[in-house]
Amino acid sequence: MHIMIFTERPYYHVPEDEIIKNASYFGISNTHFDPVKGSALYNEYFDEALYAEEQGFDGVMLNEHHGTPFSMGAVMDVEAAVLARITKRLKIVLMGNPLPVADPIRLAEELAMIDLISGGRLVPGWVRGSGTESLHQNANPAFNRERFNEAHDLVIKTWTTPGPFRYEGKHYHYRHVNPWVLPLQKPHPPIWIPGVSSPETAIWCAKHRYPYLALASFLEPTAEIWNLYADVAAQEGYQAGPENFGYLQRVAVAETEEKAQEMGKGHMYGGGIHAFARPEWQFPSGYNSRESTRRLARIFTDPPFNPATSASEVEATRRRIYAGYQTQQDNGQIILGTPDSIIPKIRNILETLRPGIFSIWHHHGPVGHADRMTSLRLLGQEVLPAMRETAEELGLSGPYECEPGSRPLPASGLRDPVIGATAPTR
Amino acid sequence: MPGSSHTEWMQNVAHVAGADLSLIQGGTGRPLLVLHEELGHPGWLRWHAALAQSHTLHIPLHPGFGVSPRVPWISSVRDLAGFYSRMLRDMGLSAVDVIGFSLGGWIAAEMAANCAEQFRRMVLVAPVGIRPPDGDIMDLFALTTRAYLDTSVYDPAQTPEFPVLYGGEATAEQFEVWEEARAEVCRLAWQPYMYNPSLSPLLEGVSGLPTLVVWGREDRIVPAGAGRSYNRSILGSELTTFEGCGHRPEIEKAEEFINRMQNFLT
Repeated sequence: MHIMIFTERPYYHVPEDEIIKNASYFGISNTHFDPVKGSALYNEYFDEALYAEEQGFDGVMLNEHHGTPFSMGAVMDVEAAVLARITKRLKIVLMGNPLPVADPIRLAEELAMIDLISGGRLVPGWVRGSGTESLHQNANPAFNRERFNEAHDLVIKTWTTPGPFRYEGKHYHYRHVNPWVLPLQKPHPPIWIPGVSSPETAIWCAKHRYPYLALASFLEPTAEIWNLYADVAAQEGYQAGPENFGYLQRVAVAETEEKAQEMGKGHMYGGGIHAFARPEWQFPSGYNSRESTRRLARIFTDPPFNPATSASEVEATRRRIYAGYQTQQDNGQIILGTPDSIIPKIRNILETLRPGIFSIWHHHGPVGHADRMTSLRLLGQEVLPAMRETAEELGLSGPYECEPGSRPLPASGLRDPVIGATAPTR
Repeated sequence: MPGSSHTEWMQNVAHVAGADLSLIQGGTGRPLLVLHEELGHPGWLRWHAALAQSHTLHIPLHPGFGVSPRVPWISSVRDLAGFYSRMLRDMGLSAVDVIGFSLGGWIAAEMAANCAEQFRRMVLVAPVGIRPPDGDIMDLFALTTRAYLDTSVYDPAQTPEFPVLYGGEATAEQFEVWEEARAEVCRLAWQPYMYNPSLSPLLEGVSGLPTLVVWGREDRIVPAGAGRSYNRSILGSELTTFEGCGHRPEIEKAEEFINRMQNFLT
């Protein structure tokens, strides 16, 4: 099993009231950004990645968001380049570059450079990006998926076809494709794709034999999506295994239950992921397929939070946010506690979903450097060994133990189950 | 549809340039091409009924706006204008009257800039298409449809047809049609947003086309200065501005609007 550490690298010095008043992290004025604090945070997050390597993690997972204190990974490849140089062993897993807002040829060059600097430790991953990424870069959201598909094909072609060549596509046009630097890993670095339960993405991943990483979705829809992936894999002629699947889990771990309770609240800060962006920014016109739009109709008419104008409205929203804290613990969206109390909860996920990749989102909101370091130490010294033991026992091979897409189908031609025998309950 | 019975109009399908195009058609008399706004055809309104007494209305439902299927090669408003020019030729309609609302006004202006002779008289109601000299066109893509609709009229309480058409909770079907329309507008006019820098210079070459430009003084969607730009660009055009009126004079000042249209389109 491949176990990696994840943080959004939040800029958590924005007062919670500002997020609540805006009903969204995205859209808060950058007058709230203090560059001195920003500078300190970037460097702390690098130190923490180094410490995660010391503590035995296999990888560090980064992501990219623009225009929001939710994540400082605005140009993730810059962070990845630094980590490529300062870490020695960690896989640098990008989950991922928002392809529709990128220049594909420049991206091919950036990723090749990171792979070269790291000595071949890069795992590129690509996303459509939240609608906010499209707004931020002014990339037409109505062509988001078309641009994703075309940019993907072009980056792979750029890495694997001898240049120079000319490219005339629908959204991209290049007279002269011939980047000098190419990746160290051949034919190209392994690609993993994160997703939030969109069937289109799972099908696409299965066809490309790319591992699919479920981003903290509920276990039941996650199992449905993985079964869909496995069905498509079988149609493509291979048996999906744990190496094809990854899962991201929110945790908060500390020396005491009380401390973990306090830290875990950071995942709720300002509304947490549910306040990432208002619906009209997260899902702009044309961003979603007709089917997804139909599913999302309710979010537009009944958004999780609305802008609060008066002090009493701010307080009412805050109460509503934290009233959900216990529910998120009960339904497993946040796993928190001491190592002893979280190990069985993580084991339950491993038994249920059988992932070969596991990513631990270990803090959010206002959690200080010292607490984050303690979290990494406890995870590394106590949680990781237990997880590795469980993975061994359950046969959860990661993509570095078994090449994704390399398992043959059983002789019957019918695929084996990919989900555990215990049906997910959340 | 509110305020009218279906006996006044029919929905038909025409074949244009290899595509199926739905049209609302009704009325009697001289043909009047009606080009609808960015959120789709809002329904058969009082002004439609009034003009249908003396005109045959042809209201194509823009391809990709939730009813007529998308036409993949239409990637700009100018392409869409070319599509409608071909439709007029195919339908054997020449020198028709045209009235376009907001996005539809832009389409009509593009058609006129390319070939003014296809129209007899042209009415542009708060058209987008020219960058306003002051201020920006309200960004449809930064707002929910509901917020955009609410912004579009000056005083909803004084606009009887507004709540009938747009009031209350949107049904799932209504929501989907709006989203389809917004997505297609996104494909056509994302950048530059809702205008074409070459429209104004090309319109300056148009002469002999009687044109009426209609605006609401309190339009918050397209600043009224854009109306003066249209007025200056089209030789001999008239600009009519309604007071206490937003982006929808046809329902906000329905009575005056109908009178003005009946006079201009005789």
